[in-house]
Amino acid sequence: MNQEQVREITYAQAVAEAIDEEMARDENVVLIGEDVGIIGGNFKATVGLRDKYGDWRVKDTPISESGIIGLGVGMAITGMRPVVEIMFSDFIALGMDQIANQAAKIRYMSGGQVKVPLTIRAAMGGGRSSAAQHSQSLHAWVAHVPGLKVALPSTAAELKGLLKTAIRDDNPVVFMEHKVEYNKKFPVPEGEYTIPFGKANVVREGDRLTIVATSNMVLKSLEAADKLGKEGIHVEVIDLRTLVPLDKQTMIGSVKKTGRLLIVDEGHLSFGAGAEIGMGIMEDVFYDLDFPMMRLGTEDCPIPFSPALEFPIIPDAKKIYEKAKMMAKR
Amino acid sequence: MSAQKRSSKKKGTSDGNRYEEDFLKNLYATMYRIRQFEEQVFELYKLGLMPGLAHSYIGEEAVATGACAALQDRDYIVSTHRGHGHLIARGADTKKMMAEVLGKKDGYCKGKAGSMHIVALDKGILGANGIVGGGIPIATGAAYMAKYKDTKQVTVSFLGESATNEGTFHESLNMASAWDLPVVYVVENNRYGISVALDRVTKMQDIAVRAQAYGIGGVTIDGNDVLKVYETVKEAVASAREGQGPALIECKTYRFKGHHVGDPATQYRTREEEAFWKERCPLVCFRDYLIEKAGSDEKGIVALENAINDEIQEAIVFAKNSPYPDAVEAFEDIYFEGR
Ligand SMILES: Cc1ncc(C[n+]2csc(CCOP(=O)(O)OP(=O)(O)O)c2C)c(N)n1
Repeated sequence: MNQEQVREITYAQAVAEAIDEEMARDENVVLIGEDVGIIGGNFKATVGLRDKYGDWRVKDTPISESGIIGLGVGMAITGMRPVVEIMFSDFIALGMDQIANQAAKIRYMSGGQVKVPLTIRAAMGGGRSSAAQHSQSLHAWVAHVPGLKVALPSTAAELKGLLKTAIRDDNPVVFMEHKVEYNKKFPVPEGEYTIPFGKANVVREGDRLTIVATSNMVLKSLEAADKLGKEGIHVEVIDLRTLVPLDKQTMIGSVKKTGRLLIVDEGHLSFGAGAEIGMGIMEDVFYDLDFPMMRLGTEDCPIPFSPALEFPIIPDAKKIYEKAKMMAKR
Repeated sequence: MSAQKRSSKKKGTSDGNRYEEDFLKNLYATMYRIRQFEEQVFELYKLGLMPGLAHSYIGEEAVATGACAALQDRDYIVSTHRGHGHLIARGADTKKMMAEVLGKKDGYCKGKAGSMHIVALDKGILGANGIVGGGIPIATGAAYMAKYKDTKQVTVSFLGESATNEGTFHESLNMASAWDLPVVYVVENNRYGISVALDRVTKMQDIAVRAQAYGIGGVTIDGNDVLKVYETVKEAVASAREGQGPALIECKTYRFKGHHVGDPATQYRTREEEAFWKERCPLVCFRDYLIEKAGSDEKGIVALENAINDEIQEAIVFAKNSPYPDAVEAFEDIYFEGR
């Protein structure tokens, strides 16, 4: 990456930029969702798009999650490429029939007659004292349903490339944006680029332990890895980028090298993505392991409001550091 | 069927000779084709040849027939779990439908849909649906596409009266109305959602009044009168096509059989009620009308009926002869892999 090509924009601006470029490129791309238009979204991730593309392409909808996801399904199967914003990922619960039973199934049940180029963007994650109904990380819900793809971008640069890929994908994609990232600035290359799905990113190389992380946990894992690096413990950090498709090969290669795997994902621990990631590669790496695979995730309790309660239950750099250090002991 | 005997109760037809005989005969042929298809599906079920279940459209044929006759080829429909009638009225191939119902490779959806979820894109059929109310926002989205691209296509969304108690109904009507989308909601009010009569769970018995709450013109009509359905839907479709926004048409009708092929319907409705509606059989009434008012010759009608009986028998043979899909096909069409 050429130095002068890199500038800094926020994660939210990266959303708007990705959608803007895709809308300019293809008039079938439209954006619909609650408050996405005049105010540019609850998280200001779509600012400027309505002014540029007009009310019919950037549509402020009623508060009807099931209705608007279904609207997106209908548009997608009749030749459009809609992007539906669900303000908080918790609200996919209200649209779950349209996601899991309609969007995910109609291609299959039609015997391949239709395709569903639909992107559902939703804001996930805790850390803002938003309490139990506005803080969840529910990507495992959707990753469980065949027919859907699931992406979790970690930085603005990742987000931009992955969102453009999501919009161009001819399948329904649930795109989980982490809400604590929206206002953070990241270096993002100028110009158009895409990042393919199913290709994990080795963000930091190391030999003592592999950390596989998703979304915001990638950043927290890097923080922990930096600290461990100063102590001479070199940790490899992998940003999974997409849960579906899942890049097992990159993880397997890394764990064969390091012999140790820590999975860090913000979903609840029980029946979560961490368990699936570990079990998904177990048979390939079992005899290479020097230590049991371990997981960090949000504790199995609803996400509490008070910061005094919330932060202790969500993984952070300190917890990752401690766990990784313990695992890396020889 | 004696025309004379029934001449006093033509409750199922409009009056007057406003239409060409061919047009009327085509309507009758469609209704008869649906009836025959459904009767044969029931037979296949009784013989144990049909996997799963099917929801019979018998008694409601005039709704699908009248509504689809009002559409152009490029228009869309979205159907329900009780979808065979909508599909046939839209011109779907009964061979491919029957093969799908039997879970065969040559079915519309290669055996992945069965009775309840058939999609036939070449006929503008965006899908039947196993989820009550599931198709309503999808139809509304197709209408958004048509409005956005100014394609002048109209979408008809079929739904049962019980589906109007789902949130998707209200969410969809609200959006369609706010944005003047070209969609016509055709509600088939057959009074029952499985075993539950509408008056046990809903105060208002005319679903059309619900449309008014969304600023949509809602009308209640006799859903067993195929010409009435045709005329009402035609007007609504024309107005939607011109950009005047959505409409809701409630068709009062009745399903003669149980909720699905395995339901005897003995516990929740009376034999008197069934008899009342059978007197108003849309098929019989329209047949009488053809002979008495439209000057059709009964021999010609019998010939038409026989030809359709043969067609459905051929569909059954085709479906029976079609192989089952290979087990590996279960993994096909989950994702679109191409570019
Ligand atoms: C969301 C959902 N809830 C319940 C069912 C089970 N179910 C299938 S059909 C039906 C009754 C639907 O009644 P109505 O919409 O009036 O259509 P009708 O069967 O009368 O044609 C029910 C409850 C379902 N398929 N989907």
